[in-house]
Amino acid sequence: MRKLVILGAGTAGTMMLNKFNSILDKSEWQITIVDQFETHYYQPGFLFIPFDIYTRKDVEKPKRDYFPAGSNVIMSKIDKIEPAENRVLLSNGQVLEYDYLIIATGAKINPDETEGMNAELWHKTIFDFYTVEGAVALRDYFKHWKGGKLVVNISEMPIKCPVAPLEFVFLADAYFTERGMRDKVEIHFVTPLPGAFTKPKASSILGDILNKKNIKLTTEFNIARVDNDNNKIVSWDETEVEFDCLITIPTNMGDDVIERSGMGDELNFIPTDKQTLMAKGYKNIFVIGDATDLPSSKAGSVAHFQSDILQENFLDVVDGREPSHKFDGHANCFIESGFGKGILIDFNYDTEPLPGKFPLPGIGPFSLLEETKMNHYGKIMFRWMYWNSLLKGQELPIESHMSMAGKRL
Amino acid sequence: MATVELAGKSLEVDADGNLANRADWDKEVAQAIAKEEGIEELNERHWLVIDFMRNVFEEKGDAPSIRKLTKESGVDTKELYALFPKGPAKKAARIAGLPKPKGCI
Repeated sequence: MRKLVILGAGTAGTMMLNKFNSILDKSEWQITIVDQFETHYYQPGFLFIPFDIYTRKDVEKPKRDYFPAGSNVIMSKIDKIEPAENRVLLSNGQVLEYDYLIIATGAKINPDETEGMNAELWHKTIFDFYTVEGAVALRDYFKHWKGGKLVVNISEMPIKCPVAPLEFVFLADAYFTERGMRDKVEIHFVTPLPGAFTKPKASSILGDILNKKNIKLTTEFNIARVDNDNNKIVSWDETEVEFDCLITIPTNMGDDVIERSGMGDELNFIPTDKQTLMAKGYKNIFVIGDATDLPSSKAGSVAHFQSDILQENFLDVVDGREPSHKFDGHANCFIESGFGKGILIDFNYDTEPLPGKFPLPGIGPFSLLEETKMNHYGKIMFRWMYWNSLLKGQELPIESHMSMAGKRL
Repeated sequence: MATVELAGKSLEVDADGNLANRADWDKEVAQAIAKEEGIEELNERHWLVIDFMRNVFEEKGDAPSIRKLTKESGVDTKELYALFPKGPAKKAARIAGLPKPKGCI
């Protein structure tokens, strides 16, 4: 019997469990998945909670509903991975030996990384929207807010879903407009990046949209601390930005177990081969999704594209072949831009988001880097696909490798 | 690939404006790039960071992130921003003749 252990039952881990459950011969393979939490969160939905578009119910389901029948599931915290011994120590005392390991332990926000962030104003006038608790607390705060300086700040890159902070300011503009108080709210987007987004073309187009929506942009701001007494964020070079309500995207880090296992970089992300998805230095460990150190976006669509590549390379490796499939860094993101419209971007390691059309047989085409109603429907449709196809490891109508069809250079 | 004039030499640079060939780098070139980045004169502390970056690159094949610099170079975050205003990891990598750190997406 060969043993495959999957660590983490979030988006990526659940997809891999479903895929291998239907592919691997059960008389030869024992598959085990480990996670400490019972609830699966549709994380892209957190963004909509503060604006009362989604409720908590829309983004939560029991993880077990997405495991195939008869799966070997262990609910426990992971104490340590011992790659040299091919085993994982669990906090419940169990020791799991493996022939192959897939690490899908994800990333999470860590407000403690910034001085004064997780202090007296936390979840009072300073909120995150990367946890369900933060998103719900912010919804309740916004309901009674009289307006003032709304600052959205990214602490440092990389973060999960790099477009989410932009979507947040777009949706805030729409929300306060619809409530008839936009003139009382100054929206200010403060980022460590040199522009509105990571890549030049998208950055310039999205920057123009910010401008059009009267959202102030401050770039190259690297936060050093939060001044709780004076309601200010202060950068390492002593630039100050005042806020009445601060929406922070705190430092994102890999799980602590990666640090305990000595397998991560400074942010606990695992050095991973950007094409094969194998952990660097190991012949029997794959890494997928937010847990990797890859220069691709940390997002569910990316994990989905990776899952197809990982599956093929896994099948190569267990048969003694070299991994033959290469991940190209493909990401496909619907950016909600408010007032029932959205923007679509599609890119990979080598090709930045470009304008043009995105063909999708039977449904599309969608417009790239342009605000349309169609793109908004794409975003709404994605939640249905997420729960009903993606998590179950089924094929989606979008190819794993990026295509240039329809894109304008 | 674009070519730029640095320290009296014509050198190839990549899409980010960083040196394309590490062999083209020397201390005069570093000083010339530093000037472009608004650093008039590289001092001892700058060099400590630059040398650290080059050593890490030699070993790992990627320029270190700001966090690694803070943790291991012996220069804290505050000083790094004072030495290389706005983006220490990005600026120091460019001056050190290295490609932009992978973490700076």
